[in-house]
Amino acid sequence: MFDIIGKRKWILIITAIYLLVAIVAIGIFRLKPGIEFSSGSILTLNFEQKVTQADLQTALDGAGYENTIIQQTAGGDYIIRTREMSGADKTGLEKTLSDKFGKLREVEFNSISPMIAAETTQNTAIAVAIALVAMLIYMTWAFRRMPSPVLFGTSAVLVLAHDVIFTLGFFAIAGHFLNWDVSLMFITGILALVGYGINNVIVVFDRIRENLTRGVSKDFAAVSNMSMIETLGRCLNSVITTQITVLAVLLFVGASIRDFAVVLLVGLVAGTFSSTFIAPALLVVWEKNKEMKSAP
Amino acid sequence: MRRRNSIVFIVLCIIFALAVSVVFPLDKGILGSRGIKLGLDLQGGVHLVYQADLSQVSGDQGGAVDGAMAILNNRINPMGVTEPVIQRQGTDRIVVELPGTKITDQEKERLSQVDILQFGELAAENETAKWTDELGRWKPATAEIDGVTKPLSSQYFKSNTYVNRDQMGNIFLFFEWTDEGARISKDITTRLVGKPLGIFEGDEPLRSTAGIPVAPTVIEAITDKGQITGLSFPEATTLSKQLNYGRLPVPLKLIFDDTVSPVLGSDFVARSVKAGIIGSALVMLFMILYYKLAGLIASLALIFYAALVLAVFKLWPGGGVTLTLAGIGGFVVSIGMAVDANVLIFERMKEEINSGRTYAASVEAGFARAWSAIWDSNVTTFIVCGILYWLGSSVAASAPVMGFALTLFIGVAVSMFTAIFVSRTMLRLFVGTALAKHLALFSSVYAGGRG
Repeated sequence: MFDIIGKRKWILIITAIYLLVAIVAIGIFRLKPGIEFSSGSILTLNFEQKVTQADLQTALDGAGYENTIIQQTAGGDYIIRTREMSGADKTGLEKTLSDKFGKLREVEFNSISPMIAAETTQNTAIAVAIALVAMLIYMTWAFRRMPSPVLFGTSAVLVLAHDVIFTLGFFAIAGHFLNWDVSLMFITGILALVGYGINNVIVVFDRIRENLTRGVSKDFAAVSNMSMIETLGRCLNSVITTQITVLAVLLFVGASIRDFAVVLLVGLVAGTFSSTFIAPALLVVWEKNKEMKSAP
Repeated sequence: MRRRNSIVFIVLCIIFALAVSVVFPLDKGILGSRGIKLGLDLQGGVHLVYQADLSQVSGDQGGAVDGAMAILNNRINPMGVTEPVIQRQGTDRIVVELPGTKITDQEKERLSQVDILQFGELAAENETAKWTDELGRWKPATAEIDGVTKPLSSQYFKSNTYVNRDQMGNIFLFFEWTDEGARISKDITTRLVGKPLGIFEGDEPLRSTAGIPVAPTVIEAITDKGQITGLSFPEATTLSKQLNYGRLPVPLKLIFDDTVSPVLGSDFVARSVKAGIIGSALVMLFMILYYKLAGLIASLALIFYAALVLAVFKLWPGGGVTLTLAGIGGFVVSIGMAVDANVLIFERMKEEINSGRTYAASVEAGFARAWSAIWDSNVTTFIVCGILYWLGSSVAASAPVMGFALTLFIGVAVSMFTAIFVSRTMLRLFVGTALAKHLALFSSVYAGGRG
């Protein structure tokens, strides 16, 4: 049997290195908040004639809408993200644009005031915090018969934090180069990741719990290693099936739900690695430390 | 034991048949259910949130907001929207949802004006303008009545406006001034003879069918009544009804606006269905290739799952689950997650088979041993669903999240049922048959090698 847990130091060192990269990326590039969090307007327009993005940008600058972010959807619609517009502002802008580029159709208009944006930001932060604390409490409770249930809970939450930081880092880099911002669907994805990503951790820990109860071995590291290898097939297979459907959503539904799908795609890959290798490695490191401290 | 299992199997078949009969046709109801409801983002529509300004209300604030809601309702009804939703959120907010409609900006603007129409006169060079359009710069037309400056608006219309058409086919909206209105109007129009009198809705000029601002030139002083021309018959009729319901008791400020054209939504539905079909077909293919006969059973359980989830969507209390784009995303992703329990069980069965147990013992042990992990992991997902549901219900901008939370919750709950009951019942059917002796059929390709 492979001794993967024996290489736990390497696992944790490698993890620390790429997490550092992710954190630095978040620090440098920052995550661009979407209008749900920063307030503003998104106007999606469909032009009958062909309009290039550069021309549209120039026209918007000319109309007094500097610093707009323009994206084109697969269907050829333009998504224009700008400061908060009143209905009258929007009507005016649409008239200016149709005078210049010909007939246009408004596909979607979404405008969010600073008041709503501030509430959304606050409540989202509360939701994420509650989710992590709830996971910690539930995991500690679920593994209450283990010698140190708090360790199981803490390790699980650390693994979740790992998945979230990795995904945020990915988004910071991708967002910088692809002009992505963090929408509410992104947060939904993160919370779904927290709820679902922990499944893998539970499966591995559940097996450790079972093998410990059965008394397979006295050595915690050996039990963890064995449990990890036994559950590897299941973890891979369930990630594969989930990723198939996530990819289907990403490829066929597209734009509005993109953030959600990308978060799950990236987060679950990170989550498979972290729940399989990092979670048991963390447990073992802590257990060993405790043994060393309690040894005379 | 086997007999009991056969009964359970038959019951499950009946449940499946019922679920399918509830689900199809998708857009119509059966058995007391309705068609699957689509959210505003999928069928198109308008989602608005207004903040009522209660700073001027000293007495009954709740009553003022209720009054505003009644007026909003009355202004929306003439527009012919089916099933509008007008709800109070908190103490001072009003949520308006108009599904399936694409209302014009002018109509949207009109909803939240205290007085629908305001009158203006051209501003001089050095005066500040309230409105600017292609006809010029305008300021509110005001008159001094008993020492108080009063702007002229539809506040002074009697609630008996009506629409009529003359022999030439011109459409007129007739109105009468109240006593106070008559005094203001007389004062203003006497001053404006030969000049235009602009008519505005909120920040925008009232525009005729030709798109030109309605600004008639005053021919003589208007004292007791007047008319507005240039609108189409339906436009004028709607406006007349809205005017007759009176003014909003409090000013409303639009703080959230999401307007989706129906075209965008129908596109999403088609693409989501495609994603769902292709995604689940690939998941089934994977399961069958990897777990063979057991994978086939998981695939059948998945079809059962999909039918049951859609049936629950339709039968959910309160007229069914409203499917949003995020909700459909949650449903499609939950298909991938639903087989998770099966994967856990099959992997467990594989181990039991490899350790030399019989088929029947492996099936039972596989389910028994996998249960604790399935339960724990689904409970964590339920917790997150609860948190997401709260987030979605707390803020206007995050409403779509609620749909996701609900569909994911239903999906995970149903998946526990199908994974346990449906898969297990079907696997038990094979107990004691010749097929059960070919253990490799139920285990993965690697099973033989490691045994």
